[in-house]
Amino acid sequence: MTKSELIEAIAARGELTKARAELVVSCIFDTMVEAMQRGEGIEIRGFGSFSIRPYKPYSGRNPRTGQPVPVAAKRLPFFKVGKELRELVDGSRDRAISGGDDEDDG
Amino acid sequence: MTKAEIVQSVYARLGGFSKKESADLIELVFETMKETLGRGEKIKISGFGNFVLRDKRQRQGRNPQTGEPILITERRVLSFKASPLLKAALNDRDVEDEQRAAAPAVVAVAVGGAARSVGDP
Repeated sequence: MTKSELIEAIAARGELTKARAELVVSCIFDTMVEAMQRGEGIEIRGFGSFSIRPYKPYSGRNPRTGQPVPVAAKRLPFFKVGKELRELVDGSRDRAISGGDDEDDG
Repeated sequence: MTKAEIVQSVYARLGGFSKKESADLIELVFETMKETLGRGEKIKISGFGNFVLRDKRQRQGRNPQTGEPILITERRVLSFKASPLLKAALNDRDVEDEQRAAAPAVVAVAVGGAARSVGDP
């Protein structure tokens, strides 16, 4: 499922226009990104929680050349799946995983 | 931040929805995502991240407290892979910096669309 498929599903199930559904879905994720930018965690009961983990600067390596590369301090989001969703996902083991490859990002 | 605070934000920003309608719609969004993942389907939210599913084989583990060996049964797990746009937003960097940091070898082919900001489709 992509973001636009999620929007379509919300429009159909919530009986609202696609334009309104898009506003709702975008507003939810924008709100969550802003909270994380403030360093705030997010807890959605039954779904999971997002926390922000700080990483210290370290010296990495270019895997191709072996050259040391300084890696700056950074913050990364970390998701912990909630109990209900974890059980739901595990319960889908009898079906093949669908929804395309994992590497497509953006 | 809790779901109630997300409701408050959607209600305040969008207009045209009552508080109750905003709450119901947010419930519907997370419910729809749960159902989707619960039937074995991944979710990709551009600009945010991907919720990906993986099947893990049975393996031998250890109780970290006692050191006792235990059998970890096979299972399907969910993990979240943050979008480069989200990572950039958390670090006040642009996406080019983020891609350079993540994959130094492929930066030359990864510059398309780098000017987008978080929230763009």
